[in-house]
Amino acid sequence: MAEEVILLDYWASMFGMRTRIALEEKGVKYEYREEDLSNKSSLLLEMNPIHKKIPVLIHNGKPICESIIQVQYIDEVWPHTNPILPADPFQRAQARFWSDYIDKKTGGPCKALQRETGEKQEAAKMEFIEVLKTLDSELGDKSFFGGNEFRLVDIAFIGFYSWFRTYEVVGNFSIVAEFPKLIAWAERCLKRESVAKVLPDSDKVLKSVSDYRKKILGIN
Amino acid sequence: MASDEVKVIGAWASPFVMRPRIALNLKSVPYEFVQETFGAKSELLLKSNPVHKKIPVLIHADKPVCESNIIVEYVDETWSASGPSMLPSTPYDRAIARFWAAYIDEKWFPSLKSILKAEGEEEKKAVLAQVEEGNALLEKAFIDCSKGKPFFNGEHIGYLDIAFGCFLAWLRVTELAGGHKLIDEVKTPSLSKWAERFCNDPAVKPVMPETATLAEFAKKIFAKPTA
Repeated sequence: MAEEVILLDYWASMFGMRTRIALEEKGVKYEYREEDLSNKSSLLLEMNPIHKKIPVLIHNGKPICESIIQVQYIDEVWPHTNPILPADPFQRAQARFWSDYIDKKTGGPCKALQRETGEKQEAAKMEFIEVLKTLDSELGDKSFFGGNEFRLVDIAFIGFYSWFRTYEVVGNFSIVAEFPKLIAWAERCLKRESVAKVLPDSDKVLKSVSDYRKKILGIN
Repeated sequence: MASDEVKVIGAWASPFVMRPRIALNLKSVPYEFVQETFGAKSELLLKSNPVHKKIPVLIHADKPVCESNIIVEYVDETWSASGPSMLPSTPYDRAIARFWAAYIDEKWFPSLKSILKAEGEEEKKAVLAQVEEGNALLEKAFIDCSKGKPFFNGEHIGYLDIAFGCFLAWLRVTELAGGHKLIDEVKTPSLSKWAERFCNDPAVKPVMPETATLAEFAKKIFAKPTA
């Protein structure tokens, strides 16, 4: 039976990037459909009625929601190429833990960094810096979060790299100066075809957020 | 410590702590239950979970595993030969189980907690409606996932049964406190029967607190200071 894989996504979503990278890593052909988040498609609302969010992966008509769940699904359906989760149960638990950490701890601060000003934004920035410090420490001297191999946690976090310049500009701080190890890690990841293909241009992300802040939020 | 010794750091009243305990029971893995004192965090906990400083933590052969649902998957994978699989056999069904477990933690349980904390009739009504909406979704999810079998996971208790079932004692406490049934034969007939099966399972019974005991505990921790 022919495989039909559709991805409902938004070009700048660091969550959607995870699923796209996983599909590319596995060499899976898929149809990418861009969603207008201010006018969500009926397909999106039908396939993810509970959260109404992207990304939504639709495989042979059946929807899978939540990006880390999608990445694990992709790894299980197409296990033979570029494994994403390690084989050892303890390593797997560690990989899931850190992906979960990224999900739990970045949501609030990243949103606030984009949308707020003044004290609220400052607080968000400090929170985000703490997250970067923790991840920097977890990375340590390894080439990737997955050790010698590019794996789940790398996939979970690399999309945020395309947002670093945006956070630096709106938050007025330097990630490049403070976290050289994380930057080196990101550049290592970018050498992979899947990552280079999927990550959007950082300046494009910055422009889209600056426009949003100016036009919708009235911030200069 | 013996090379394969298992410890669970937790507290008897925590539904999240119940999850790894049920999983270990299902796989017949003996473990030492190390209880935290309410309101204080032990050296062992802070050392084993420096990132979140929360219970439960599973320590296996001196290595800590954190986050209750992640611990359940770890137990399932490590002791895979000791009992039936806790996750369904197909990738799609596994994705669905993980989806609902995430929904329960992110949306359902926070709204259940809000019932106990709600002030005034209006707020109470609103959060009750949220929980009932969630229960209706979970009733349907049970029918879809169980496919006619006794548990979300099929023949045997699994990941999603544990993820949801661990809250049943707190759910009963909330029902008592509010005088309002949340899971019952009329609104959620399938879940109602599943809940009874789950609570009576030998892997669950020893770790599920008595509703009365939990209700007393809840009164203490949610006690509002007098004006």
